[in-house]
Amino acid sequence: MSHIDLSGITYEYATGDRAVVALRDVSFGVGESEFVCVVGRSGCGKTTLLNIVAGFLEPTKGEIRIAGRTVSGRGLDRGIVFQDFAQLFPWRTAQRNVEFGLEMKGMPRGDRAETARRFLDLVGLGGFAAAYPHELSGGMQQRVAIARALAYNPSVLLMDEPFAALDALTRDEMQGMLVHVWRETRKTVIYVTHNVAEAVYLADRIVVLTPHPGTLRAEIRIPLPRPRDVLSVEFLEYQKQVVSYLR
Amino acid sequence: MRRSLIGALVGAALVTAIWESFARSGLFAPALTPSVVDIARSLGAMIASGALGLHVLATLGRIMIGLAAACVVGVPLGMLMGRSRPVERFFLPLVSVLSPIPSLAWVPLFIIWFGLGNAAAIALVVYAAIFPLVLNTWTGVRSVNRLWIRAAEAMGADSHTLFIKVVLPAALPFVIAGFRQAFARGWIAVVGGEMIAATTRGLGFVIFDAKEYLNADVMMGSLLVIGLLGLGFERLVFQTIERRSVGRWGMVRTARG
Repeated sequence: MSHIDLSGITYEYATGDRAVVALRDVSFGVGESEFVCVVGRSGCGKTTLLNIVAGFLEPTKGEIRIAGRTVSGRGLDRGIVFQDFAQLFPWRTAQRNVEFGLEMKGMPRGDRAETARRFLDLVGLGGFAAAYPHELSGGMQQRVAIARALAYNPSVLLMDEPFAALDALTRDEMQGMLVHVWRETRKTVIYVTHNVAEAVYLADRIVVLTPHPGTLRAEIRIPLPRPRDVLSVEFLEYQKQVVSYLR
Repeated sequence: MRRSLIGALVGAALVTAIWESFARSGLFAPALTPSVVDIARSLGAMIASGALGLHVLATLGRIMIGLAAACVVGVPLGMLMGRSRPVERFFLPLVSVLSPIPSLAWVPLFIIWFGLGNAAAIALVVYAAIFPLVLNTWTGVRSVNRLWIRAAEAMGADSHTLFIKVVLPAALPFVIAGFRQAFARGWIAVVGGEMIAATTRGLGFVIFDAKEYLNADVMMGSLLVIGLLGLGFERLVFQTIERRSVGRWGMVRTARG
């Protein structure tokens, strides 16, 4: 039994007088501490899928189990990082943003501050605890968002194209940081992206979705050791493989 | 800060110079267009006798009490309307109907209800101030970025916590904007109310009473005092609040100077 089990996920909704099938019968599992990337072009339903796992949406059919228990609604067992930097609360400093989940858990103030600072250190922002989000660059804001999603120790980390809005150089840096953080925290990760190279760089396994309706086209394991060389022959081979399924 | 102060002083000096030359030009009788010297003299007399202080306190007192009452009722009401559809459905028509009615139109009715004096003036301020507070707060609550709500919910916030820790701070720029408008409308109400309700104290009374002897210098002096009080409030209260909250958070660009 996998850590996360998606079985028969179907999502339909009505717009006007049409019924749109965003996802049809998507099933796959994610192992403990595995890093899975869901890849597909825009409109394939990957964000919808993530929202369902996060508990923001109810699937029309099918169910999701995390550690054997069916997911219904949101929960502190999952952390989520969105693409938009504005996900941080502007009225709170970086540290207080990271503390938010801990406040929800009822952690006392001293422990909260210490834990928050530990996670800010982990993402490389130790010196910026007292900064407000608007004083930070986009990359730094996303680091805070990652720290915030991890601080209350969810077993699952969900990420919706978190680096898509960053410039290429920052993105590379952030990907490296993410791998480091993942290795340190051993979270189970579902990472949504349309960037194939990013997926091959990050993932243990890639799940390819094709749109209209969103269906699972392929699952590709990436057994390459980390850190991965994006210019190596194997890397490019895997990229080609994924791209072939996207056509 | 210094540059804008110099700019303000230069502007004031310019206006004063233009007025002075106009007043002394003889186009109108000195009683109608008093010179700056006359205005200063009568203001000085009022300050010295303590009369100005008394009137300023009376007006300020009414507006502060009225504003406080309007905040205590209006801001929570706006928040409730933003949060609950039934509450919104009930109050929005009421607010929409009453809000455009000028506060001064209610003066005769308020006098009948509350009698002459402070109660009527304060009621007037409350009436004038409450609508911008309600409407801006309501808008603020409805404009909270969905992303913040989603993020907070994902971290386990229940609806009560969500309201206190996310919606309230997120709506603050709008609440402050509403407060500014409430303040401006409150001044209109209190000064106008003092004039019409024939109170015995207050800046509105001073202006109105000055017509008995065609004391345009007293009138203009009082207008100046009202203007300066408004300016003081804007600088000392609003901009400080802004700077310490929404400005510091980067949610609003602070006014310079």
